[in-house]
Amino acid sequence: MSATPKSHWTTRVAILAPYLWLVAFFLLPFAIVVKISLSQSVFAQPPYTPAFDFAEGWQGVKDFLAALSFSNYANVLIDPIYAWSYGKSFQVAVFSTAMLLVLGYPVAYAMARAPRRWQSVLVLLIVLPFWTSFLIRVYAWMIILQHDGLLNQVLKTLGLVDQPLTWLATDTAVYIGVVYSYLPFMVLPLYAALEKMDVTLLEAAADLGCPPWRAFLSITIPLSLPGIVAGSLLCFIPIMGEFVIPNLLGSSDTAMIGQILWDEFFGTRNWPAASALAVLLLLLLLPPIMIYRQREARALERSR
Amino acid sequence: MAPLVSFERITKRFGSFVAVDGLSLDIHEREFFALLGPSGCGKTTLLRMLAGFERPDEGRVLLAGEDISAVPSYRRPVNMMFQSYALFPHMTVAGNIAFGLKQDGLPKDEITRRVDEMLALVQLSQFAARKPDQLSGGQRQRVALARALAKQPEVLLLDEPLAALDRKLREETRFELKELQQRLSTTFVIVTHDQDEAMSLADRVAVMESGRIAQVGPPVEVYERPNSRWTAGFVGDVNLIEAQVAAVYPTFVSLERPGLKLRVATEAAVSPGMPAAVALRPEKVRISHEVPSEGAENGVAGVVSDIGYLGTVSVYKVRLDDGLVLKAAAMNLSAGAARTVNVKDRVWLSWAPEAGVLLTT
Repeated sequence: MSATPKSHWTTRVAILAPYLWLVAFFLLPFAIVVKISLSQSVFAQPPYTPAFDFAEGWQGVKDFLAALSFSNYANVLIDPIYAWSYGKSFQVAVFSTAMLLVLGYPVAYAMARAPRRWQSVLVLLIVLPFWTSFLIRVYAWMIILQHDGLLNQVLKTLGLVDQPLTWLATDTAVYIGVVYSYLPFMVLPLYAALEKMDVTLLEAAADLGCPPWRAFLSITIPLSLPGIVAGSLLCFIPIMGEFVIPNLLGSSDTAMIGQILWDEFFGTRNWPAASALAVLLLLLLLPPIMIYRQREARALERSR
Repeated sequence: MAPLVSFERITKRFGSFVAVDGLSLDIHEREFFALLGPSGCGKTTLLRMLAGFERPDEGRVLLAGEDISAVPSYRRPVNMMFQSYALFPHMTVAGNIAFGLKQDGLPKDEITRRVDEMLALVQLSQFAARKPDQLSGGQRQRVALARALAKQPEVLLLDEPLAALDRKLREETRFELKELQQRLSTTFVIVTHDQDEAMSLADRVAVMESGRIAQVGPPVEVYERPNSRWTAGFVGDVNLIEAQVAAVYPTFVSLERPGLKLRVATEAAVSPGMPAAVALRPEKVRISHEVPSEGAENGVAGVVSDIGYLGTVSVYKVRLDDGLVLKAAAMNLSAGAARTVNVKDRVWLSWAPEAGVLLTT
């Protein structure tokens, strides 16, 4: 009997551990960001006010709370540059996620239907780019896309263009960079979903008079929907906040929200405004995540 | 009458493995036909070639006289019930049954009518809105059957349809399946490794061995008159007594092995000195303490080495003086545990010359 309370205790710690992790490394930092977003920017160290001071007791807390305001949020909502940047990020995220889906689905499908002994090699090949630093790979694209870069040389050699085209500092370059960088995040969840699928179902569909293309639409696509949703969110969410790719490959006058945030934080050192932007971005991304979670929970409920 | 399905010298290879080897077979309309054999004998490959999932490397598949070897599965008027059932997990029971009908572009009310009819046929009407994962194994099996029958196929293919069910349900379902086939008078082709299943269901059985047909015929014929040692051994329990032909008479043959003389009724063409085997079903061997009467009977003495009690019958293993072990099955007619023959008893085994089958292959 003595083992029971002990196992109880360890089980509790095991359950508690991820929650503690989330509180320490997500909830607490987020609370600090929220707090800064409600503060005012000042030229000081730290560059915002009010700072929290335990020494002043209850009165200090009241003063502190009175000094907080939503003025940064008001600024973000009033100034069209922010709305425009959110819009730009949303546009890039939507279109590149769509492109990733169109590009990634055939890749994942081919992988899932490849002979079993090849599959682990194919997965390895998809993951292989991660061996090189993300930043270096984006720099490599800068070199490929520059005026006398590889892409223009190839196009000229093939006789497709007379004059070198401008790739760098365009939206096209951003899309190329984003689609290239995020492809593994789309392919892997799709592959996982497609690989699980019982191919006998396609035989059953054919047996019942369904030609292959229609079986793809009515059997394969619906059954890979969890993979489609997971892959899309896994790409859409980080692309929304993407900073490195548009900064290196895009033009400065079509800034995405990640770049604006960076500028506010490091350029103008307006931490409160940057924090407000970050909190709003998170709020914008919350609905799709919650919809996804709800779907997952429902699917789990059904399978019970 | 022309056969409904004809396999003509079919060969199918997977790499260097020959799954089906120059096989020819006819299946007639309204027949309940069973392909029986151990795993890897090519029976499933044959069925899959009829469904259109595999193409024969050589030979042709004919359906109602028409060569369908090159017709894709979605254009063949045959439907299959899969061993794994292969129900679409994202569709309801009704959706699964309607799937094939929708492919034909039938009007909506016609589809609804057919689906209701099928649900009633397999007694699942109240489960129409359920998803497959909310059903029991037996219910899933019936959905798979209903889905395959919904399009009124010319041939229904059943790949080990009862293998996933537990024993009691399997026996019940077996009778239902037989009854259903008679009611619908559709041609059923079943693949099974279970000889009881093949025997009890089929009008004709094809026993398959490594890509070829060992024997085709009604279950009684395959059981009572096996044409080879292999078929005799695969279908049912058998005593195979290896011996040498001693003399040939017009209606019977006498054989010898050390310490044993046998007579078998046969008209097979054999000559003295040839090696041959006598296949003898255990239930045709009488076991007794008394010496059998001289005359037409075969009789041999031995010691009971083991008794297997199977409920309705008991199987007695009797070791003959030359070491050969023969099995004799006897009904347990008397009530209670009383048994006249016990282990280590010296007994006599006897059987009529007509009871055994002479085999040379």
